[in-house]
Amino acid sequence: MTTPVLDVHGLAYAYPDGHQALFGVDLHVHRGERVALLGPNGAGKTTLVLHLNGILTGGAGSVAVSGLPVTKANLQEIRRRVGIVFQDPDDQLFMASVRQDVAFGPANLGLRGAELDRRVMAALDRVGMADFADRPPHHLSFGQRRRVAVATVLAMEPEILVLDEPSSNLDPASRRELADILRSLDVTVLMVTHDLPYALELCPRSVVLSGGAVVADGPTYDVLTDDELMRANRLELPFGFDPRTTRLAPPTG
Amino acid sequence: MGAGHGHRLHFHGHSPVHRAPAHVKLLVLLGFVLTVVATPREWYAAYAVFLVVLLGVIAVARVPYGYLAKRMVVEVPFVVFAVLMPFVATGPRTEVLGVSVSEAGLLAAWALLAKGTLGVLASLTLAATTEPTAVLAGLQRLRMPELLVQIMGFMIRYLDVVTSEMGRMMTSMRSRGCEPRSPRHWPALARSLGALFIRSYERGERVHLAMVSRGYTGRLPEAVRTTGESA
Repeated sequence: MTTPVLDVHGLAYAYPDGHQALFGVDLHVHRGERVALLGPNGAGKTTLVLHLNGILTGGAGSVAVSGLPVTKANLQEIRRRVGIVFQDPDDQLFMASVRQDVAFGPANLGLRGAELDRRVMAALDRVGMADFADRPPHHLSFGQRRRVAVATVLAMEPEILVLDEPSSNLDPASRRELADILRSLDVTVLMVTHDLPYALELCPRSVVLSGGAVVADGPTYDVLTDDELMRANRLELPFGFDPRTTRLAPPTG
Repeated sequence: MGAGHGHRLHFHGHSPVHRAPAHVKLLVLLGFVLTVVATPREWYAAYAVFLVVLLGVIAVARVPYGYLAKRMVVEVPFVVFAVLMPFVATGPRTEVLGVSVSEAGLLAAWALLAKGTLGVLASLTLAATTEPTAVLAGLQRLRMPELLVQIMGFMIRYLDVVTSEMGRMMTSMRSRGCEPRSPRHWPALARSLGALFIRSYERGERVHLAMVSRGYTGRLPEAVRTTGESA
């Protein structure tokens, strides 16, 4: 068995105010997988995500990325390996131009000059935003900003891309464009989402987090059609959507 | 660099004034303002020369005078103060249009008005001919402390975000029958401004989180700012 890209073992965490968010989470994600992380509000999804690159630490259990444990000494390399795309692109894009924003991550890794420019343009190319390199982020549409936010992380050439609600606030066309982009990327993906059709479309595997623990882990189709599991964890399919009658796009990646 | 996009003070153009390096323009502006302030107020001719020079620069920049005139409203509080001065100041009095005013006050009002107007007009000209990001780059080249430049950069970036957030809050207040302009609803307005402050503060924390997630260690790498300049 190869080393998993993401290896979370027995992770527990309580916030300083005493509220315990995670109760022993185990999660393994292997290279090339696309995994959806599902769960109701307050299940601990964001807390888990913030552990993946060492923003939160100090609870019990361990997190390792491609065999490298998340510890203070490794933080710089961990943050290169784990690319988190946050929900609000306005939080992620803070520089004066798209190009500078995408350069921010790799420059922090010590890249300079032509190599930096190459990385920036390659990342923007992968999300179809190369023509917007010199625009200020706040003049882009929301969908374009979300794509640039993905590029800012891709430019660091991460081993796993973690997306927090990637489809939120997108119009259907932007949502589909982002799906096409995510499918075209040759990178391991962990996607936190409430958008169950999106999870079914993009992620062969789903993990359900509820009450700070993993309560289900399996093929997305099986999870979404397990009515009892869904009901027990406040997960609901949107009106008119039934995985049993949905014709899936041919699986890729 | 960047195409014309609506920063409220910037007037898009390609004149020599637009193309001049930002740090040179900043130094010229500083020199001009210091000269104006240092000129004794009785040298009326000198002020005429300053004005002619400034109007000349604006003409070369091809910024419409009306465009700048509209933005001169920021000066209004000073104008009000200047107009009051001849009436409240003491000392020998003189007659202007049949009204008795203080001589010293009149002179002080003239100085305030002339110096203020020239300073504001010159600053507006800089803002109209220089992109905000170019101003920042210019300050950087003039060795302005890195931290201050970063803070100003964030301000420019998030001004629109916070303004539109405030606009949405106002809209939602109006939709619920509250008119933010009416004094009766000022308490509600104050509370929503407080909420805006908290939201902006929280956004600051999220931005920092996103920065740290991409390896930020407290210094903006030089390479980020210069990226694309060679290309």
